[in-house]
Amino acid sequence: MDILTLFVVVPVLTVFALIFTKDLKQSRVVALIGMAVQLAMSINLVFAYLKERAVNDSIMLFTKDAMWFETFNIHYSIGVDAISVLMILLTSTVVFAGIFISWKINDLPKEFFISLIILSTGVFGFFISLDMFTMFVFYEIAVIPMYLLIGIWGSGPKEDSAMKLTLMLMGASALLSVGIFGIYFNSGADGGPLTFNILEIAQVNIPLEAQKLFFPLVFVGFAVLGALFPFHTWSPSGHASAPTAVSMLHAGVLMKLGGYGVFRIAMYLLPEGALHWNDFFLVLAAIGVVYGGMGAIMQKDLKYINAYASVSHLGLVLFALLMINKVSWTGAIIQSLSHGLLTALFFALIGMVYGRTHTRDIAKLGGLMKILPFIGAVYVITGLAYLGLPGFSGFVAEMNIFVGAFQHDDTFRRVLTVLVVSSIVVTAVYILRMIGKIMMGPLEYPKGVEMPTAAWYEKVGLAILMIPVVMIGVMPFGVTEMIKESIQPFLERLL
Amino acid sequence: MDWNSLLLMRYELGLLVLILLLVIFEIFSGKKQKGGLINLSIILFAIFTAIGFIPLEEGSIFGGMFRTNDMLHFFKGTLNVGVLILLLQSADWLKDKVVDQNKSSEFIVLLFSSLLGMYFMISAGDFLMFYIGLELATLPVAALVAYDTMKRDSAEAGVKYILSSALASGTAIFGISLLYATTGTIYFDAFADVISISNLSVLGFVFFISGLGFKISLVPFHFWTADVYEGAPIPVASYLSVISKGAAVIILMIIMFTVMKPLMPVWNKIFYILIISTMAIGNLFALRQKNMKRFLAFSSIAQAGFILLGFMSVDTLGVTTIIYFVAIYIFSNLGAFGVVQAISNATGKESMNDYKGLYRTNPKLSLIMMLALFSLAGIPPLAGFFGKFFLYAAAASKGYYFLVFIGVVMATISLYYYLLVVKEMFLTKNDETSIPYFESRPLMKIGLIIASIGILVVGLYSPLYDYIYNISSSFLNL
Repeated sequence: MDILTLFVVVPVLTVFALIFTKDLKQSRVVALIGMAVQLAMSINLVFAYLKERAVNDSIMLFTKDAMWFETFNIHYSIGVDAISVLMILLTSTVVFAGIFISWKINDLPKEFFISLIILSTGVFGFFISLDMFTMFVFYEIAVIPMYLLIGIWGSGPKEDSAMKLTLMLMGASALLSVGIFGIYFNSGADGGPLTFNILEIAQVNIPLEAQKLFFPLVFVGFAVLGALFPFHTWSPSGHASAPTAVSMLHAGVLMKLGGYGVFRIAMYLLPEGALHWNDFFLVLAAIGVVYGGMGAIMQKDLKYINAYASVSHLGLVLFALLMINKVSWTGAIIQSLSHGLLTALFFALIGMVYGRTHTRDIAKLGGLMKILPFIGAVYVITGLAYLGLPGFSGFVAEMNIFVGAFQHDDTFRRVLTVLVVSSIVVTAVYILRMIGKIMMGPLEYPKGVEMPTAAWYEKVGLAILMIPVVMIGVMPFGVTEMIKESIQPFLERLL
Repeated sequence: MDWNSLLLMRYELGLLVLILLLVIFEIFSGKKQKGGLINLSIILFAIFTAIGFIPLEEGSIFGGMFRTNDMLHFFKGTLNVGVLILLLQSADWLKDKVVDQNKSSEFIVLLFSSLLGMYFMISAGDFLMFYIGLELATLPVAALVAYDTMKRDSAEAGVKYILSSALASGTAIFGISLLYATTGTIYFDAFADVISISNLSVLGFVFFISGLGFKISLVPFHFWTADVYEGAPIPVASYLSVISKGAAVIILMIIMFTVMKPLMPVWNKIFYILIISTMAIGNLFALRQKNMKRFLAFSSIAQAGFILLGFMSVDTLGVTTIIYFVAIYIFSNLGAFGVVQAISNATGKESMNDYKGLYRTNPKLSLIMMLALFSLAGIPPLAGFFGKFFLYAAAASKGYYFLVFIGVVMATISLYYYLLVVKEMFLTKNDETSIPYFESRPLMKIGLIIASIGILVVGLYSPLYDYIYNISSSFLNL
């Protein structure tokens, strides 16, 4: 079996193995083994990719193709470039850490891990697909387990949040499907057969009218998942209600599907449509960045703060993608990775605090650093990385995005960029205020709760996520070089 | 006439023999053997179903009145599988409730008679045969709907069904007579050559489509559906929503795509409106249903709207997607009805609220229910996703992007009410009023397992789709 299909097969096998487990201990061990294999495979894939890239300069590597539905010319077609390789690595890291964070899940543990791994199967499949149909299938597989994950294991108004999230995301995928049909039925514009294959469609000149019509559908279809303003409303309530590992996976990975899809399908296959609609969506993305930041300032619930922060930071990804140049795109990809890791860290930490104090209200917490030194320290580091301190991944990402954005010298983009840069300050406000209140100052937490220091599985979970944050921050060049090389063919379509 | 050519009617003759056998067995069996008779008829029907898949040559007999081809064989086979699942799921109900009233094998005989009518209906080569088939398919069902003699609702539903179906049949035959007036023929083959757009033919067509629209319960011909489903015994409701609807869709497709093809500019517009109204009304009414049978009734109305999307593409793609979706729909809906049936058998509960916490007491049943509902909602990798995606593709291939857009929005709305059931089963905690654990009996289990396998496999297994594509490509040249 080829190196990429295994990324779908291993989680599926893990799910089958999980069906036969009896209790929490068995199921978490099985899930852990499956995802450890997955992580090892992802790391191996990075090296295999670098090795193959040195001798092979086609856009996608490790490509495989098998006919699926012959009448529609649907293939199971897979392949990766540097961006998908890094996204796969991010996903397996977050899932692996998520299993440690869910070490003590009590209610229906088997079902929890099964849903979590089905979700990750969808994500892995999405990142390896080169066929729009297969990609769409995996996309929906990734979304639907969220309903059960939030609805069963969540907290607060979980049923409503789960319903809202599922319906908004499935509604978005509905728009996306219309867009995909639009692309598919125009893919024969040059006289070739109709196809769902991304690389083949990129060779076709889709008529301008069709591009203008379908670009917004495809873009919005994906960007809802990437929390595009004003379609971000599912995100705060969904994240706040979700259990910790699910918030991590969702904000850390699933929301990246949005930016990835915009990059891989919307802008690559409909370049003229993208240029036509560029200004409009740029404004929306910029509003999202600032609005998300402002929203985070106003929140009192830790998870809501982080959810709005995600809206802001993922708005930055869309903003950078719409800025269309090499530097800003590199920044967008690194921001996806960096935000994925950092937001997962944040949600994990919030989960740990909430698990102990049973509150996420920052007014009721204070000085936790004194009794939870490890968690406190990681919290502070994560916060600083989040607001873009040099030495961590957030800095590399935002630096690239803003440098790229400033390369445009028209007034419209300048003004937007200046506006968006102001979000750095906003981020600093809510991060520092949050850390200052709950970690520093006089000790304060609800009475009668136990406050044990971090358990080994919590430490492992945090460490797994922290290592790549520092690695990207300290040595960004390996990653940026990989990304830049892979961006080139996509960028050429738009210039 | 060559006797061999009668073999083209293998399905019909076989089923007729089966019905007669059952009647004879019924006469000679004592009260204690009635339960065994149900098992026997299921076994016989299973054998019959298996034989049905042996390939058969194409052809027509009785001067073109009855015709058959690979596509019709395949579809009759699919209907058989559906009826088999249905029999397996209803066996327990028959044994528990109906045997005592001494009318269990009549149920099966009536069911088979109706199925026989459907065979004739979809194999019809002229309007007369079509009409006889339609009536044979409808009348036994009216008796079946009123089968729960102890329940007032059931009798009421029976009356409602027979009255409205009589009206619908009358409308249809009036339409046929008007069409005959314009063309001078009732044979499908000759019909397509001479029919043209005129006021009279359009009028005839509208009456005709009203009659068939009743069978498929298209909006605005759907008013009987929810009441009848609610009053009828569950197996009959699922028969109406799955088998009866499926067969009616196929004959409608055959007539629209071949006989009425010259009228396409007219019926295209009519269908455009029918599709939107059926999807919208079905969905909006399903949102607020609390009784599972009514809920599935409105959901099946909405599904009919989705099936009609395939009619927008009058070519092989349209034919294939319609047949494919109907096959998938049979499995999905029978999965859902099967669970409702199992729960109703064990506890008598049919309300959505009774399902709360079902996963914690009966995990397997609720998983099957979830699979079936997700398949109806069109969630990958279940079969329903592929069916719906290809229906959208069929409509989009002719440029009806707006219609596809409405369709996907409606699919999202439908997801809401399917998730409501999932919510009751999985999210709500169980308490002392919820359904306790019970063990389903073997036949029911087999029925549910076959339906689940269909839901899981039919979509992913692409050669099936390609096979349907191949057999239906010849169909348009009939």
